[in-house]
Amino acid sequence: MSRQMLLRVTEVEPLTPLVTRFRFEHPERAALPLFSGGAHVVVEMPDDGVLRRNAYSLISDPYDGSGYEIAVRREDTGRGGSRFMHGQVATGTDLRVSLPLNLFALDPRAKKHVLIAGGIGITPFLAQLRQLERLQQPYELHYAARSQAEAAGLKLLPQTAQVHVHISENGDRMDPGALLEGQPIGTHAYVCGPEGLIAAVMDAGARLGWPPSALHAEAFAAPPPGEAFRVTIGSTGAEIEVGPHQSLLEALEAAEVEVDWSCRGGACGRCETGVRACHGRIEHHDHWLSPEERAAQTKIMPCMSRFRGDRLVLDL
Amino acid sequence: MTKHFNDETFRGDYTYYNSPEAIRRFPFPFDRDSYMYSVNIEQHPGGPAGSPFEYAFDVDEHYVAEMKDRAITLAEDPLRCQSLPHMELAGWDLLELIMEAKARDYPDLFGLHKDGDRWHWINRPLRIDQRFTFLDATTLPYGPMEYITRQAQGDFALLHEREGNLWMDAGMVTSQADWSLDFDVGMNFFEWHAPVPKAKKMGVFDKALKFLLAVQQGQAYRRLNWTMTVNPRLDTSPENYHKWGPEKRTITPQNVGRKQFLRVELQSFWRLPRSNAIVFPIRCYLACLDDLASQPKWGRRLHRVLRDLDPVLVEYKGFAVNRDIIVAHLARYDDGAPTSPGIFPD
Repeated sequence: MSRQMLLRVTEVEPLTPLVTRFRFEHPERAALPLFSGGAHVVVEMPDDGVLRRNAYSLISDPYDGSGYEIAVRREDTGRGGSRFMHGQVATGTDLRVSLPLNLFALDPRAKKHVLIAGGIGITPFLAQLRQLERLQQPYELHYAARSQAEAAGLKLLPQTAQVHVHISENGDRMDPGALLEGQPIGTHAYVCGPEGLIAAVMDAGARLGWPPSALHAEAFAAPPPGEAFRVTIGSTGAEIEVGPHQSLLEALEAAEVEVDWSCRGGACGRCETGVRACHGRIEHHDHWLSPEERAAQTKIMPCMSRFRGDRLVLDL
Repeated sequence: MTKHFNDETFRGDYTYYNSPEAIRRFPFPFDRDSYMYSVNIEQHPGGPAGSPFEYAFDVDEHYVAEMKDRAITLAEDPLRCQSLPHMELAGWDLLELIMEAKARDYPDLFGLHKDGDRWHWINRPLRIDQRFTFLDATTLPYGPMEYITRQAQGDFALLHEREGNLWMDAGMVTSQADWSLDFDVGMNFFEWHAPVPKAKKMGVFDKALKFLLAVQQGQAYRRLNWTMTVNPRLDTSPENYHKWGPEKRTITPQNVGRKQFLRVELQSFWRLPRSNAIVFPIRCYLACLDDLASQPKWGRRLHRVLRDLDPVLVEYKGFAVNRDIIVAHLARYDDGAPTSPGIFPD
């Protein structure tokens, strides 16, 4: 688990009907640790007896320690974290926030950076833009949104020649292949947004012969809901029920079974847990385990993955 | 707090010495009477007052002499300090980390004053007074990593994270246990560890890499590593093996107690904020066998550890040729009494 800071919400600004910007500052105005573009923090939300923890990309200037800013899209059918932020957080609310962690960093070896965002996937790039400006590295950014009204990024993006906005209801659909074609050798591309956009960029990169190491993606995943299931704690034999909208990690935490964690999005590897016995099928939703490890069903990432079957005994 | 700095050398006449306080605070690496690899990691900084674990970057009585020795090594071989072009930002991160830590932990020795990006750095032991612009390398006499590591004891490797691995893309390496930055620069974690025996089979590196990738800002860690060195020499590099390798043959039963040194590395791991790189400082501490044995617990334990050590590790750590003499000498300090757990002296 990351070190946390107790921070105060100092600004709440609706950017669109669905997306709101929050600014956090230290209550005594102490400087916060700086970070690198693409980093996220985990915000802890005490929601009526349930402790929710969601990861959000930082959108503010990485070199400005006076505050951290995030943009949260309200997901009415989600698990409740974004509803809490929209409904119960106001200026003056104190929340626990982790130190920044970056799983989507710019590659400083790149001769040029091409940033490709879809919808709320614009968030990590907002901080990366500031970093690239400060370091004076060549870049271009392409931001796709369905409509002008939903494009939260419009209020936060600088109006410069490097920033290109594609609004599909205006007939301007982003074409990932065209973006990657003709880029100079040594360019790196970064994509954040819906899975379909990520796949399109990766496919276009592969088709055009880009090295895999020059293509970077962040799927801003939240734990997927599913059917309720039950796991057994190997050391104690205790049975723990995981609800349909709960992650296994959240159920373990609620039962006070200690598991290390960091990103809560299946990317960092911290919560990797051994499986002693598996009669059924683990539904792996993480980006950490290798295909072989998944097939073996001897490890599970409780922040993201679920189980379907008779019996799953965890090495805890 | 250290006010006195030894006038001593790490080559030639080898006048290096440890004061009685330096011996007592020596980072003795064995917490039990036997040794095998382990991922022996704990949080850093943090430890008993006066110990080398208390502060982020320990400054001790050897500081000034070590920095002189580094300057000599660099003058003879500038490739001991290298930074691939994309690592400059990590160098600035490291400069800030070290300057802030030293100014905070040793305010009577170091000072740092910031006015936006205009910084003023004062290093009293080395008589340095430098005004410069943060993130503008043209305002310093060296690149940021070289500038600050000429003023900080120990070697430094700057590791860039990409593709789920760590790459040694910059470093300052002049007090190393027989490895070469010029050889390793640009290599990834598995490549630069390839020479270490046994560990790969034990799965040590997979675990260690996963751990390192998970190191976050504000959560630094340390571990101790060790080897043996004849004479108090910091620069035991492959490049200069012809200078120090033959000295292994100068050990006799008469001189082993003062001439054979235990070499301990205090290694720490830090995530850097702007670059997302990891810095891996490797601080070297040297103490001769007889100085160590002045702490009875250490004399007993060192004898048992070296007597029973796996021959493959004896070979890797480079003291097979002198092992019998060393163990025979240490036997006189081992009365067979039990030792207390932990590394600190009784």
